[in-house]
Amino acid sequence: MATNPGKYQRVAYYPGCALEGTGHAYNRSTKVVGKALGLDLVEVENWNCCGAMEVKNIDPKIQTYLSSRVMSIAANEMGFDTVMAPCNGCYHNLKKAEYDLKNDAKSAEVVDRLSRKAGHESYKAGQVETIHALDWIKGSIGEEGLRERVKDSLKGLKIANYYGCMYTRPRHIFPEKDQGPGSESTSKPHFMDDLLAAAGAENVDFPLKTACCGGAHTLSDSDTSTRLVLNILNAAEAAGAEVIATECPTCHSGLEMHQVRAEKRLGKQTSVKIVYFTQLIGLALGLSGRQVGLHENVSDSIGFLQSKGLG
Amino acid sequence: MPIHEQSLIRPENLKTHEQLVVDGVDVSGHWSTFIESRVVTDYNEAMQEEITALPGGEYIHRCWQCGSCTNSCTVNAINADFNPRYWIYLIRMGMESELLRDKDIIWQCVSCNRCTYACPRDVVPEGVMKATAHWLELKGHTPKSPSMHFDEEFSGQVIERGKIEEGRIMQGFFRRTGQPLMQDWLVEMVKRMLRHLPVGMLARMGLATVLAPRTSGWSRARDAIREYVDEQHVKQRRALGLEDVIEAARQDAGAPARS
Repeated sequence: MATNPGKYQRVAYYPGCALEGTGHAYNRSTKVVGKALGLDLVEVENWNCCGAMEVKNIDPKIQTYLSSRVMSIAANEMGFDTVMAPCNGCYHNLKKAEYDLKNDAKSAEVVDRLSRKAGHESYKAGQVETIHALDWIKGSIGEEGLRERVKDSLKGLKIANYYGCMYTRPRHIFPEKDQGPGSESTSKPHFMDDLLAAAGAENVDFPLKTACCGGAHTLSDSDTSTRLVLNILNAAEAAGAEVIATECPTCHSGLEMHQVRAEKRLGKQTSVKIVYFTQLIGLALGLSGRQVGLHENVSDSIGFLQSKGLG
Repeated sequence: MPIHEQSLIRPENLKTHEQLVVDGVDVSGHWSTFIESRVVTDYNEAMQEEITALPGGEYIHRCWQCGSCTNSCTVNAINADFNPRYWIYLIRMGMESELLRDKDIIWQCVSCNRCTYACPRDVVPEGVMKATAHWLELKGHTPKSPSMHFDEEFSGQVIERGKIEEGRIMQGFFRRTGQPLMQDWLVEMVKRMLRHLPVGMLARMGLATVLAPRTSGWSRARDAIREYVDEQHVKQRRALGLEDVIEAARQDAGAPARS
């Protein structure tokens, strides 16, 4: 993605349900990082849940409608052409709805019908571009811009960048990815690596960047989730990482929960810290640990980061 | 074991002679392993069509059995019996009794979409797994899976209020599945959260669980979604030949009997 100062200067912000609950630290750090970088976030008014991983299992078209309503408000009621969603689940669902509305007449028909009954304008494919928090910083500030603004370099902090499933799969809903140099890769994503390297971190060679944490079954099939998470934690430690950087509230809390569960149920202890990438960028921009919400993280990263002179 | 995909062969059909000499050659043990030939007569010819009628199952007919789905599968890596390629084969062949051997694990698909990413034919195997798990429940082959309980709890709250609140989802899910909320690892996690969390924020989180956030003016959207979901459910049950079930569910929900 070519950096274009001013491109995402002012965008509609869709935090989603998780960022008002367990992902609160992600919400907080995204907002303060935006402020520090001079980027305006205008929250989508009266938004609703995008449908997460669950509603599609009841009916996929309801999920398409739910996501389309958010984009419709941003476009038709607030006049925005860009929606930024930091949560992988929200980001994925908005992208999926965009794809379905563009390519499947039946989906468009159902969305039209439900929007009319619900009393708002129906969303038409192409009205907004949905971006992730990674695109947001990468597209408007970029590595160069970030490097210039770093006050407290991350000083070679060893980081495993974990992207999860929903940011890259399935490929067809992300037409802008895999488009050659500068674009994001769906098999080996690197936007978070790029930004954290610019902030002074040392990215370790982490093979499980897009492995699944079992987030969809974190409570309904906990044993599977614990095994999948333990795999990710072990691989990160084996690669020499001190921190796993996350960019999704479901992955983040899944890693935190099952790190504890693996300890309790399987007696497997891991010490790698789980931190949102926005928290790390905030620290590099000179914000305090409090400001980026490090105290809200379950894996106790405050002491460790302080020992590195951060936060 | 020289036989690949051994998990696909029923143990009683594997024949091995501990002591066997044929024409003077000792072929004891694995050397004499063979598989008893299998005769299938109970094809369910409607199965593929029924699963196709459920959301996610639409593209199963495109499959050409390359196995990319199983090869890329997250769950297969930790449980070799979890085999989407094979299940798609069984569904397309109508081999219901074979499929039913795995009925209790199909719901375990984690929706990571690795299969959908890898599939060269756009079968959307992730959707097929969901449709198949759903079919097994609707047909009464399996009880509602924990995953379905979770999906229903979650979607119910979204449809009701426009938003979810995680504390309520957890409580609702544990209540539905008869599990205690006080699980050792959850208690431990909360303890760790409390180490640094300010009291104000705890109070805010507790309050959110009690009050439940909602999207304002949601009632029209709620009614429209409910109407659509009901319509789809009737359509799906009809496709599966389950009209009686629909009528019973209507009456369970307190609706007057249809004349």
